[in-house]
Amino acid sequence: MDIHEYQAKEILSECGVGIAAGGLAYSPEQAVYRAKEIGGSKWAIKAQIHSGARGKAGGIKLCTNDEEIWNAADELLGKRLVTHQTGPGGKVVYRLYVEQATDILKELYLALVLDRDKQRVVFVTSTEGGMDIEEVAATKPEAIHKLEVEPAVGLRDFQARELAFALGIKPELTSQAVRAIKGAYRAFRDYDATMVEINPMVVTKDDRVLALDAKMAFDDNALFRRPRIAELRDKSQEDPRETSASDRGLSYVGLDGDIGCMINGAGLAMATMDMIKHKGGEPANFLDIGGGASPERVASAFKLVLDDESVKAILVNIFAGINRCDWIAEGVVQAFEKLDVKVPVIVRLSGTNVEKGMQILKDSGQPLITADTLDEAAEKAVAERNRVAKG
Amino acid sequence: MTIMIDENTKVLVQGFTGKIGTFHAEEMIEYGTNVVGGVTPGKGGQTHMGLPVFNTVKDAVANTGADASIVFVPGGFAADGIMEAADAGIKTCVSITDGIPAQDMMRVKRYMYRYKKEDRMRLTGPNCAGSISPEKCLLGIMPGHIYQKGNVGVVARSGTLGYEAASQMKALGIGISTSIGIGGDPINGSSHKDILELFEADPETKAVMMIGEIGGPQETEAAEYFKKHMTKPLVAYIAGLTAPKGRRMGHAGAIVSGVGESAAEKVTMLQEAGVTVAPNPSELGSTMEKVMKDIS
Repeated sequence: MDIHEYQAKEILSECGVGIAAGGLAYSPEQAVYRAKEIGGSKWAIKAQIHSGARGKAGGIKLCTNDEEIWNAADELLGKRLVTHQTGPGGKVVYRLYVEQATDILKELYLALVLDRDKQRVVFVTSTEGGMDIEEVAATKPEAIHKLEVEPAVGLRDFQARELAFALGIKPELTSQAVRAIKGAYRAFRDYDATMVEINPMVVTKDDRVLALDAKMAFDDNALFRRPRIAELRDKSQEDPRETSASDRGLSYVGLDGDIGCMINGAGLAMATMDMIKHKGGEPANFLDIGGGASPERVASAFKLVLDDESVKAILVNIFAGINRCDWIAEGVVQAFEKLDVKVPVIVRLSGTNVEKGMQILKDSGQPLITADTLDEAAEKAVAERNRVAKG
Repeated sequence: MTIMIDENTKVLVQGFTGKIGTFHAEEMIEYGTNVVGGVTPGKGGQTHMGLPVFNTVKDAVANTGADASIVFVPGGFAADGIMEAADAGIKTCVSITDGIPAQDMMRVKRYMYRYKKEDRMRLTGPNCAGSISPEKCLLGIMPGHIYQKGNVGVVARSGTLGYEAASQMKALGIGISTSIGIGGDPINGSSHKDILELFEADPETKAVMMIGEIGGPQETEAAEYFKKHMTKPLVAYIAGLTAPKGRRMGHAGAIVSGVGESAAEKVTMLQEAGVTVAPNPSELGSTMEKVMKDIS
C-alpha cells in the first residue's frame, strides 16, 4: 500500500527525521492560510498523488505571495497529473501540501528497501540526490553506497555513521544525519514498510538535514497489525476496478487487451495470459479467484470481468486443487442466469470434481464453449474474440 | 530415493484442529502420508481424527518422533509457528499459509540460521501448495492423483501451474520423483537453487523442471547454478511474459521492480546458461518429453 508524501513525512518526522514546516490544504483559501500559518517568504505547493516525478509533471509550484499560492492551488486541485509512474490515465489531485521552501546546499538520496536477494532490509544511498536511483546506477554507480541491516540486532550506530560519511555529510552535521538515518530505519521496521525513499534528502544553507520529498510503501500482509497505516489508504488513488476486486478478496489487474480472464492461482493466471498472447490475442486483465472459491465468489468475479466494456471474449481456466470444479461451474452458470452475457465464454476445468463440473455446464443449457487443455482453451478464446471483433 | 519427503516421513499438522488443517490432514492421510498428530495450543491431550493433539511442537516431536510439519496457522501467527518447528527439531517444514508479513519471514530465516547446518530445518513456502513424492508422501494441498511416480523433479513458485506441469507430464506417461512448491512470496524458505541442489544429488531424479515467474532474483541464481554445477537436464518455464512492469500479479513476489526481473530477461539468462526453456505453458510436458528422450 502506498501513502502520500505528507503522510510519510509525518511518520518520518515522529521518528526523528527532519522535515520543513508544512501543512495540508484542500482549497486555494486553505493553501493561503497554511502558508501564513507556517511563515516564511517562499513556499512550495505540492500536489499529493501516489506517484514520484510530480515536479516534471507540473505538480509542484514555487510561490512567493498569496496570489501565486491561490492560483497555484486553484490550478492543481482537481487536475489529472500524468507521470511515468501513474500510467497514461494519470491520477487526480485532491490534496495539496504547502511547505516552506528551503535554501538547499546539497541534494542527497536515502532509501530503504526489502532486498529479496539478501533477504534483509538494505539501505541505498547516493550523493546524487534528486535523480532517479536507477539512472544513477546506470550512469554513476560509484555514487551509490549500500548497507545491509542484520534483522536480529537492527541498525547499529556505526552503520548509520558509515552512511552519513558516505553521503559526505560534514562533521558538525553527522549527529543530525545519524538521527535521521536511524529514524528512517525505525519507521521502516515499526510500521512494516517495504520501501522508504527520501529523494532528495537535503542539507540546507542554515545547516539542517531535511527530507524534502518522502515516499513510503507498506506490506499489505502486515496491515492487520498496523491500523494507523491502514487508515491512510486513499482509494481515490487506486483503479476503481482493482479496489472493488480486492474488497471481494479477488486479485485483479486491468490490462489493455480484450480477452477477459478468470483463473485460479497467480502463476496459472500469468501462464494463461501468456498463452493467449502466444495464440495471437491480448488479455484484458489478470484475475486470480484464489483457493476455495464459492459459487457466489465465482459469480462476482465473472461480473467484474464482464464490467470491462472492452472485453470481447472470456476465458475461464481452473485447475482445482483446493477449489472444486463443480462450485466453479455453478458460479459460472449463476453468472449467466443473473447477468446479460453477450460475449462468448470459454471454460476449461481440470482437477478436483472435474466430471461433476462439466456435467453442470452441460446441463445448464447455456451457450458455453468448453475445452480440455490450456492450449485448446486459448486457441478457442482467440478464435471467438476474432469472430466477435469482425462482427 | 526422493528429496525431502518419502514413505518414512512422520508428519505433524500445525493448526491441526482448524477447518483448513482438518480438511487437508484428511486428504494427506487418504493419500497415504504418515500423519502422526498435530499441534493446536490449548488443545493438548485431546484426540482429533483419531490422532493426538499437542500444545507445543516440542511435545509433539518428543511423543511421536515427527520429523516434518505442515503449517496451516493464519498469516499473522505463522512465522511464530515456523520458528517453533525449527526450535523443536523438525527437519522439513512446509508453510502453506499465505499473507505472512515480509519482515516476519526475514526474522524466520535469521532465526533458522542460529542452528548448525546439520540441525537446521528446511523450510519451503510460505504461500505454496506444498510438496509431494508420488505414492510415498503428500505434504501439501495438491490433488494427489495428478502426480505420477517417476524420475522428473519439479520445483515451482506457483501451485496451480505446478499442477498443470504434472498433469501434462502424466498425460505423456512422464512421472515425478518429488515436486516441491517454493511459493509466491518475496522472501521464502527455499529458493529454486536450494531445491535444484537436492535434485542434482538425488539418484532417482533424472531431469528437473523449474517453473518460475516474474520478480525477484531466484531464477537468475538458478541459471548460474545450472551452468556451474548441474549435470542433469533442466527444463524451465517463466510465467508472466505479458505482465506489465511495476504491477503486482497476484503473488506478493510477482512484480517486476528492477533489471533482470521480467520474464523475457529471465528466459534469456536461462537460455544463455544452457537451460531448455518451454516456449509456452502448454508445452511443459512435451518439452520435458523431448529432453527425456535425449538422455535415455
